[in-house]
Amino acid sequence: MNPQTITLLSFGHFDRGFLEKISEAVAQEFNCAVSIKEARLDLTGFFDPNRRQYNGDQLLKEVHSMSINTSKKTIGLFNVDLFIPILTYIFGQAQLGGPTAIASLYRLSNEKYGILPNDDQILERFKKEIIHELGHTFKLLHCYTTTCVMRSSTYVEDIEQKEAQFCPKCRNLLQSSL
Amino acid sequence: MEKKISILVVDDEDSVRDSLNLWFTEDGYRVECAENAKKALSILECGSFDIILTDLKMPGMDGLELLRRIRALNKDSIIIVMTAFASVDTAVKALKDGAFDYVTKPFDPDDLSHLIRNATKQISLTNENETLKKRVDSLENVEDLIGKSEAIKRVLKEIESVAPTNSSVIITGESGTGKELVARAIHANSLRKFYPMVSVHCGALTESLLESELFGHEKGAFTGALYNRKGRFEMADSGTIFLDEIATISQKMQVELLRVLETRSFMRVGGNKEISSDFRVICATNRDLKGMVEKGAFREDLYYRLNVMNIHVPPLRERVEDIPLLTDYFIKKYCLSMNKPNIAMESAALKRIMSYKFPGNIRELENMIERAIVVGNGKKISLKDLPFGKDVIDSSVESLDDFEKAFILQILNKYGWNISRTANALKVDRVTLYNKIKKYGLKS
Ligand SMILES: [Zn+2]
Ligand SMILES: [Zn+2]
Repeated sequence: MNPQTITLLSFGHFDRGFLEKISEAVAQEFNCAVSIKEARLDLTGFFDPNRRQYNGDQLLKEVHSMSINTSKKTIGLFNVDLFIPILTYIFGQAQLGGPTAIASLYRLSNEKYGILPNDDQILERFKKEIIHELGHTFKLLHCYTTTCVMRSSTYVEDIEQKEAQFCPKCRNLLQSSL
Repeated sequence: MEKKISILVVDDEDSVRDSLNLWFTEDGYRVECAENAKKALSILECGSFDIILTDLKMPGMDGLELLRRIRALNKDSIIIVMTAFASVDTAVKALKDGAFDYVTKPFDPDDLSHLIRNATKQISLTNENETLKKRVDSLENVEDLIGKSEAIKRVLKEIESVAPTNSSVIITGESGTGKELVARAIHANSLRKFYPMVSVHCGALTESLLESELFGHEKGAFTGALYNRKGRFEMADSGTIFLDEIATISQKMQVELLRVLETRSFMRVGGNKEISSDFRVICATNRDLKGMVEKGAFREDLYYRLNVMNIHVPPLRERVEDIPLLTDYFIKKYCLSMNKPNIAMESAALKRIMSYKFPGNIRELENMIERAIVVGNGKKISLKDLPFGKDVIDSSVESLDDFEKAFILQILNKYGWNISRTANALKVDRVTLYNKIKKYGLKS
């Protein structure tokens, strides 16, 4: 077990069982302790009325200020539409090699694309995005291996193509930065 | 891509520079930033960049002027200009002055990655193509295709000769023989390897779902479609599309598929814009397609379009000598993913495995090893950790169906009838699993 610990900081009123399933997968992939915490935060200050979305840069900073202990990684989990000024949307983002990341479930659900909802699918997608962003906090860059979780996904169908796991190459890199 | 492609970002806004710096760094590029045109020019004096991404409207010298100065420096960088929605006219001017392309702020993440991909393609066309061509001489990324039997060597040889071409390939073979791995190996050894390989499991989808899956749809195409959805053919641009279980697609889809293969273009569902995509198609099937053509169940014209090359993957029972290597490989794989120290297999257990016929082929062997590691004592895999004897291979099992029924039931029980975990373990989709449960009348 690694000395690192990871905190899933929930801002999205997620179901406890849902978060536990994610935490299990994260613990397995990073081989470290994972805790789940609920946070209360008024999101209105992060809402951009012109874009009708929430500012991912500011939220990342906010989560960072809430997690001072740098031997730990914290990922803030949201259920709102995230953007950053230069991009129309993001699924999440991370401080490369830093302690903090964020991810949102919002654009991962089938319903947003007019397809029948599928709970297992949305859980899988969220797991992958969370492991992916946490991977960045451990200095991992994007990977060209089709099935690797560190493969970049710029749209939702792309997430389906990869697995919720690191390829051997990324796993090795991760090991050396743990 | 040994040498990192370099990108210079020029923009007066901090957030834009920071975000693009992070984005490109994560994508494996070497990035530098400049907050104005003057700074950019001084950076360019000391070195060159493959791609320069510059804002048009900046205080002091604007992007157009910067573009002209860079051209005057005789730098062969690819220049992309960023512009606000309102000033597209200026962007068009920039194109006339030699910019490679322009993007309007804010960008769609996918458009951004597409744009950079196109630019890098341009770079690799000029200087990397030669080295790339050389490197395809020896096969890469075939670690998953384990074995040293004549049968697997033949497959590898075929992959080697097929990969660098652009031809369609049909991969045939029983379920569980690793047809998708062969497709991946072809892709990984082709000139398309830096672009995606997109897989579609045709058997798992109904006709209308498959249509939206393959071609995508426009937002508003039907109730609830809030966002555009990209189809697999679009995703596979510059790369490879892998159509698994091709024999299951309907007559209507066969016609549509044929059209796409002929024109390399299509429309999203609910869209009116023709989208073109440069993809290579690889299909797989465990059925006798030729026979289906003869019976009229599969279109002959489509068959010939898809079947330019054929690779047959042999069943595991025809390459018994590969079983020890495969066993080793799966033990390592699962010990690693379960964070356990590597363990060995007792020779009696290995002998038993080697005498078994494996109707489910490599996938069955893999599941068997995974299970053995889970149920075992963590030291050595012994005969009792294997599902031989009463569990699966009891004497009542005579047909493939009996075997499959018993095996599915066993995995269902192992996962407490959790359908998605069972489907995952069996490496089938949930619909297939539902159908099997219905077919065999399985109950918990
Ligand atoms: Zn990423
Ligand atoms: Zn990887």
